[in-house]
Amino acid sequence: MINLTPQLTTQQLTDPMQPEPFRVKRVMKESYDTFTLEMEPVNSERLFTFAPGQFNMLYIFGVGEIPISISGDPNQPAMLVHTTRIVGAVTKAMSKLKAGDVLGVRGPFGTGWPVSSAKGCDVVLVAGGIGLAPLRPVLYQMLAHRDRYGKVVLLYGCRSPEDILFRKELEKWRARFDLEIFVTVDYGDSDWHGNVGVVTKLIPKAPFDALNAVTMVCGPEVMMRFTAIELQKRGVQGEAIALSMERNMKCAIGLCGHCQFGPTFICKDGPVFTYPQLQSWLAQWEV
Amino acid sequence: MRTLDELLHEHEFFKGFKPEHLELMAGCATNVIFEAGEYIFREGENADVFYVIRHGHVALEIHDPRRGSIAIDTLQENDVLGWSWLFAPYQWHFDAKAVKLTRAVAMDGKCLRTKCENDHTLGYLMMQRFATVLADRLQQTRLQVLKLYD
Repeated sequence: MINLTPQLTTQQLTDPMQPEPFRVKRVMKESYDTFTLEMEPVNSERLFTFAPGQFNMLYIFGVGEIPISISGDPNQPAMLVHTTRIVGAVTKAMSKLKAGDVLGVRGPFGTGWPVSSAKGCDVVLVAGGIGLAPLRPVLYQMLAHRDRYGKVVLLYGCRSPEDILFRKELEKWRARFDLEIFVTVDYGDSDWHGNVGVVTKLIPKAPFDALNAVTMVCGPEVMMRFTAIELQKRGVQGEAIALSMERNMKCAIGLCGHCQFGPTFICKDGPVFTYPQLQSWLAQWEV
Repeated sequence: MRTLDELLHEHEFFKGFKPEHLELMAGCATNVIFEAGEYIFREGENADVFYVIRHGHVALEIHDPRRGSIAIDTLQENDVLGWSWLFAPYQWHFDAKAVKLTRAVAMDGKCLRTKCENDHTLGYLMMQRFATVLADRLQQTRLQVLKLYD
């Protein structure tokens, strides 16, 4: 049986409640409503180390602070990278940032994906929509140490071909012989020659050994619930399924209780959990 | 060269079928090939056949006058294409287009319906398999209409 151990937290910035100023180096438009920020610390020369799956609290001065997963390469600690979608006031303000603008960063917080436990196993990443962003650091990590893992498979679902994140990178990865990338969209136009349907549909045919696979799932909660069910149908043990949860994180250190989910705090005990940790809570209407 | 019942036997859909049933069904089967871009059937046409996809990629499409063709599902190797042959009025609900070269076994629906009527064990097996396909597609469609990623 595979037992997943969440990656331990890495060194945080000096004071967990004190935002540190970071300067935007580059803003990249990923799709019509999604963008990536590349940032560097303003005052310090320290490197920003993090575990894939961890998040930061990003603070737009005068607007507000929100939790966003890190989407960059853990092997490139000089650059902090976040990818997010415009869904509210803070992300809208964030989308208007330009190179040279400054914002506040607290973090990194929370548990990471079980990258160490996956050594020697096939690794299956299942991403839905913006859920690809928190999984991208796992792919970077695995590509940096490719010989440590069996098959590495990415199953990615999104709304339409226009919504595909990191398109150029996905194309590059698809061309590799040591990665299996499958993309599906909910609806495709006549120019789309790929898969159409929900991401769970890709699971039965994906090339991996279900009895020796570690799976990491990130996306909307309903998608994660059905993905976990489909993975188990395929033969993957519940203990070998890791999910990343999202809630209204405020303090990010388990003090305020805003992100409480059953007996856990998503910010401190998560955001990455094993499926058995969450299973009984996921179908609850109110937690 | 492999016979049609051998081709059927290799397909996921017919796993567990007895050789005599496969042989019986092979009598309703024809090997077919569709070029990339070729329409396999069109919405409203008579649905007197279903396809056991051996290799390739097929898109199920709806045509909208404003948006053009919208792909709502895709099928590949080891999938079956079409269930309208089972229920009156036996007409296709969507367009089906081969996205790339597709090899399939076409099963004559009328011929199969007669065989299923005459052999209820075979009929029950077929209904069981198609019910699973329909349940899976219904489940996927439910998730699709939720617009999960919005």
